[in-house]
Amino acid sequence: MEKQWFTISVYSENNVGLLNRISGIFLKRHINIESLNVSKSEIENVSKFTIVINATEDWTRKIVGQIEKQIEVIKAFYHTDDETIYQESALFKIASGLLFDERQIQNIIKDSNSQIVTVSRDFFVLAKSGRRHEIDEMHKLLEPFGIMQFVRSGRIAVTKSEMQITALLEEFQEQ
Amino acid sequence: MTRGTHPPKEGVGGRIMETVKEKKAVAKEQKSIRISGAEAIIHCLLAEGVDLLYGYPGGAIMPVYDELYKFQDKLTHILTRHEQGATHAAQGYARVSGKVGVAMATSGPGATNLVTGLADAQIDSTPMVCITGQVPRHLLGSDAFQETDIIGISTPVTKWNHQITKASEIPEVMAKAFFIAKSGRPGPVLIDITKNAQFEEIDFVYEKCSGVRSYNPVPKPNMGSIEAAAELINNAKKPYIVWGQGVILGEAEEELKALIEKAGIPAAWTIMGESAIPTSHPLNVGMVGMHGNYGPNILTNECDLLLAIGMRFDDRVTGSLDTYAKQAKVVHFEIDPAEINKNVTADIAVLGNSKETLKLLLPLVNKNSHETWHNKFKEKYKVEFDTVIKNDIHPTKEGLTMGEVIEEINLASKNKAVIVTDVGQHQMIACRYAKFEDSKSNITSGGLGTMGFALPAAIGAKMGAMDREVVAIIGDGGYQMTIQELGVIFQHQIPVKIVVLNNDHLGMVRQWQELFFESRYASTVMVNPDFVKIAEGYHIESKRVSERKDLKATVQEMIASDKPYFLEVKVEKEDNVFPMIPSGASVSDIRLK
Repeated sequence: MEKQWFTISVYSENNVGLLNRISGIFLKRHINIESLNVSKSEIENVSKFTIVINATEDWTRKIVGQIEKQIEVIKAFYHTDDETIYQESALFKIASGLLFDERQIQNIIKDSNSQIVTVSRDFFVLAKSGRRHEIDEMHKLLEPFGIMQFVRSGRIAVTKSEMQITALLEEFQEQ
Repeated sequence: MTRGTHPPKEGVGGRIMETVKEKKAVAKEQKSIRISGAEAIIHCLLAEGVDLLYGYPGGAIMPVYDELYKFQDKLTHILTRHEQGATHAAQGYARVSGKVGVAMATSGPGATNLVTGLADAQIDSTPMVCITGQVPRHLLGSDAFQETDIIGISTPVTKWNHQITKASEIPEVMAKAFFIAKSGRPGPVLIDITKNAQFEEIDFVYEKCSGVRSYNPVPKPNMGSIEAAAELINNAKKPYIVWGQGVILGEAEEELKALIEKAGIPAAWTIMGESAIPTSHPLNVGMVGMHGNYGPNILTNECDLLLAIGMRFDDRVTGSLDTYAKQAKVVHFEIDPAEINKNVTADIAVLGNSKETLKLLLPLVNKNSHETWHNKFKEKYKVEFDTVIKNDIHPTKEGLTMGEVIEEINLASKNKAVIVTDVGQHQMIACRYAKFEDSKSNITSGGLGTMGFALPAAIGAKMGAMDREVVAIIGDGGYQMTIQELGVIFQHQIPVKIVVLNNDHLGMVRQWQELFFESRYASTVMVNPDFVKIAEGYHIESKRVSERKDLKATVQEMIASDKPYFLEVKVEKEDNVFPMIPSGASVSDIRLK
């Protein structure tokens, strides 16, 4: 079976030790977490982990089974890129002088659909959201001018199909 | 009328009803009491029905031990000589009694010494709650004396763990710990309690946990899959059952027996499932796996339907997965959804508690006998008996075999003993040749293969089933890993029978060295002390047998004794355990010699 990208979505209780427990499952099978994001979800008091890995579907399925087994995990799903709407965010910190000296930079800002978050005497910050390759491309364009700092977030994703967590929670509560 | 002043109703029934009503009222009102966190822990244990725990005190758990001192009439604490011993004793207790075993330790090294037992209980699905002390909250993360991140360390080897830093959390977390340890697929839970939380006072009210919202312990059985399984059973020509510990944990022994008898299906067991059905049952065809019986292994690749019940297709059971039961339809009865299609792909998965699913299945299966198919197992048994079994249990050579010792124990105990084994050759021989009439009687370290398990586990097993004979069978290697627990046996006069099968080697590793490493016996020759003298040092009656003529009488004497008894049997130094499926080979390639 071929390796491909999978986005794993984990709905869970908000618990201190859970991240450790979940990351251990990947560690056991020697699978690198390519990207990780933890946030609140659409349901009150329910957290959502979004984890991206490159693995075979068979292994991904087994890993998701192991994750779902953890006491504080309500439900875990895995999806291919085609089945999700996903984005990453990046921040570029660049010397302010360049904004005036290099006309090309203004074109990059416009063409890349990025936003200027702040401008100070010494530097300005660009924010860009999009697919990984779009951010990489912008990075490539800005690199020759000098990037003072760069950071990119983990992937965040929603699925095209429904993830019925509320119903599941109600079912658990009835038991 | 004020409470307590009205005359009791006439008759016993009336009185009982009155008491029940009062109890209910108390439960509803649940008046809280003002106590320390440490005392709260004791009340939690009592509320969970715990009357026995194993452990070892130390700085960070001292407030709890102080309360144990005050509650010693209600709660017996057994001081093991090492924290690992406490976990295995709790496991032994849990495995024979079906209750939750409890172990306690201090922070730091006390806590890390629990790790092997936790891992063992995790892989063998044993319900256990471990309580550890921890440095006070304000010192957490400061590398304080005896501080260790036991939550981080124990995470991969626990079903659940939690650190309590406030006394107010104690009742709810403890209730959850017991619920999680026991429910669904059981497992170990570790609760780490900072010292400040043990000193703090709380208004204590206890309510048992009946559910955790993110946790579904027992999947609901799906009638569709049960019907599909029944159809496969009814159409199969060569159906075959392999059952595991899930049958014992689910208390589905009677249901399994009813199924095999009605549908006439030969059934084999994993070592964790052994004793669920009596050894003498005509449809019990024996043991699967690396050193299992010939027929059950080889015929796995001839059956047309494999019913796996409460087992997880461990690699020691399946050998090479590429050649395992490929010709058969597979139905997997399992409580843990993560086990489905993990190692072997199931045509049908029947999720749920085995007792429940087998009960639903039973009326749907047709009566059958499958005599020709069953005869195949008998034929293979004959082959195995002539080449292996006969020489193991009725040897003609001079040296004593492990098999004949087990056979003498069977005879002397009339197949009624709980057999507790360690890990290695003696374990495989004991699992192969011990005979059982009752369930929950074969206590061994299956998944983890923990040397040092047997002696402390036997202590727990005896205390969990005081009316039963408990015989620990241990190799000379594993015995020395937890030999210090003889101190517990001596101190409390726990009447366990300890049999060390001494071949002066780490026998199983030596066997592999002989077969796969050209007899280079790297670090497997044991230079052993005088085991009899050591037992005598603990004032335990002890004997050594080196010759066949003394074996029967000594084993009988040991079983007849109502005190602790140590027996060392000097067995053949370089015997091998056969049959054997070499690591990574197919079940079809099982070797008889």
